[in-house]
Amino acid sequence: MSQSEDKVSENSAEKKQPRQPGENEQGNGSSGPILLLFIVGLVISLIIGWVIFPKLLYSQKKQPIDFNHELHNQEVDEGCISCHFFREDGSFAGVPKNEQCAGCHEEVLGESTDEAILVEEYIAKDKEIPWLIYSKQPDCVFFSHAAHVKMAEMGCKTCHGPIGKSTSLKMYEENRISGYSRDIWGKNISGIKKNEWDRMKMNDCAACHKEAASAKASASKRSPQLFFDLLAMVFPDAGKPQKTEACFVCHK
Amino acid sequence: MGKHEKPKKYGMVINLDMCTGCGACMVACMAENNVPFKEDESDKLLSITWLRVYKLSNGKKFPDADICYLPRPCQHCGGKGDHGHSPCVSVCPATATDYSHETGIVSQIYTRCFGCRYCMAACPYHARYFNWWDPVWPKGMEKYLSPNVSPRMRGVVEKCSFCFHRYQLAMNKAYLEGRRELEEDEYQTACTQACPANAITFGDLSNPKHKVYELKKDPNAFRLLERLGTNPKVYYVSSREWVRRAGDNYLQHEETVKLN
Repeated sequence: MSQSEDKVSENSAEKKQPRQPGENEQGNGSSGPILLLFIVGLVISLIIGWVIFPKLLYSQKKQPIDFNHELHNQEVDEGCISCHFFREDGSFAGVPKNEQCAGCHEEVLGESTDEAILVEEYIAKDKEIPWLIYSKQPDCVFFSHAAHVKMAEMGCKTCHGPIGKSTSLKMYEENRISGYSRDIWGKNISGIKKNEWDRMKMNDCAACHKEAASAKASASKRSPQLFFDLLAMVFPDAGKPQKTEACFVCHK
Repeated sequence: MGKHEKPKKYGMVINLDMCTGCGACMVACMAENNVPFKEDESDKLLSITWLRVYKLSNGKKFPDADICYLPRPCQHCGGKGDHGHSPCVSVCPATATDYSHETGIVSQIYTRCFGCRYCMAACPYHARYFNWWDPVWPKGMEKYLSPNVSPRMRGVVEKCSFCFHRYQLAMNKAYLEGRRELEEDEYQTACTQACPANAITFGDLSNPKHKVYELKKDPNAFRLLERLGTNPKVYYVSSREWVRRAGDNYLQHEETVKLN
């Protein structure tokens, strides 16, 4: 090996001899365009990954009717629960049916085209409006609105955001791969959440449940002990038995 | 928060003297839980039956011949001291099955399961079944599926859940009414309600107000393979000694023991 290497170096030395010594540095100088190419490639792939891919990943779907939550909120007495109510058996009605709308919208009110569509296309024909549900959960999930709204006294806004104050419905974005709404999958592709309602995946449920469980555990007993408290500060998860809830709390 | 409900231990007491082996519980279970079936169900090793009725025989000839039918759901083993060390839970590498300390029910999360079938090997009761195929429902039957039970896909293990979705729905109603406790009749499994002989009783084993609390103390009560220490939550009652003896693997010279 070393012999052949020597030969190669001799050959290159021979070839280089007639050249100018300045040209010898050209090998290092050529890293300039390569570096530039690398940076350009990196920028392109970053743009593809962070801007173009997320746009391509979600198909944009328009709701059949543009609904004004703020306007309706002013007209009803009990806020969200007036239309999004609980049934007697404890289940949650979710998106209202035509019956609910027809209470007021038997005839065309106002002059908007959406209003005309609602009355003529859906209510007159007794056809349900095919709303696209932003917060639809997968089939394997059991979500109890009663447990959260009635027992834990959480407001609608905690998970759904300030939808009650919106004047028009936003675009429904469907993940082309999973078929889930972007409101479940997360607005931000890097996984950064600005608001609680930006994403509603399993880990987001679990994070809140874990917090509530540990708050409950620490509230129930334990006198302060310096050593263990310091230990707990350094290793938050160590020592105490992990009080996690069973999978069947949210799954079915 | 804070004032949470007492932990429950849901379980069953099945009176084998009353069971006629009609199989209504099996049918009710399959319909309730969207259990898939195949066109040809003759190979019982491949069929899925969350609740299976076994036929036991004492093996004797005519005047002494006797049979007994034994419905076998998932036994929802709590392990020693009900710490949740069930045979299946402790082997699952995916945490697809776990023990709920709130209800004592062993769950199975199909979307989490990756089909290694360790749990099937670990379960001494053959209560777990593997989906070798995607379910194919006869045309129109998909409309009869229960939306409360998630259907399973090919490649995952499934088993009896004590109709857990019924617990979820009952709790939903209780929450709306501001309660955290359920009445005994609010949560009953499909097999319990379907049994025409009332052989199956279901309830909270640790709640003195529930019928199962007293029934499980019957001197003729036993559990399957009790000496393994799996601590199952399904009790059987039979006045016949050979039936109680069939509940465990006894050597010929061994006496039938009573552990609980």
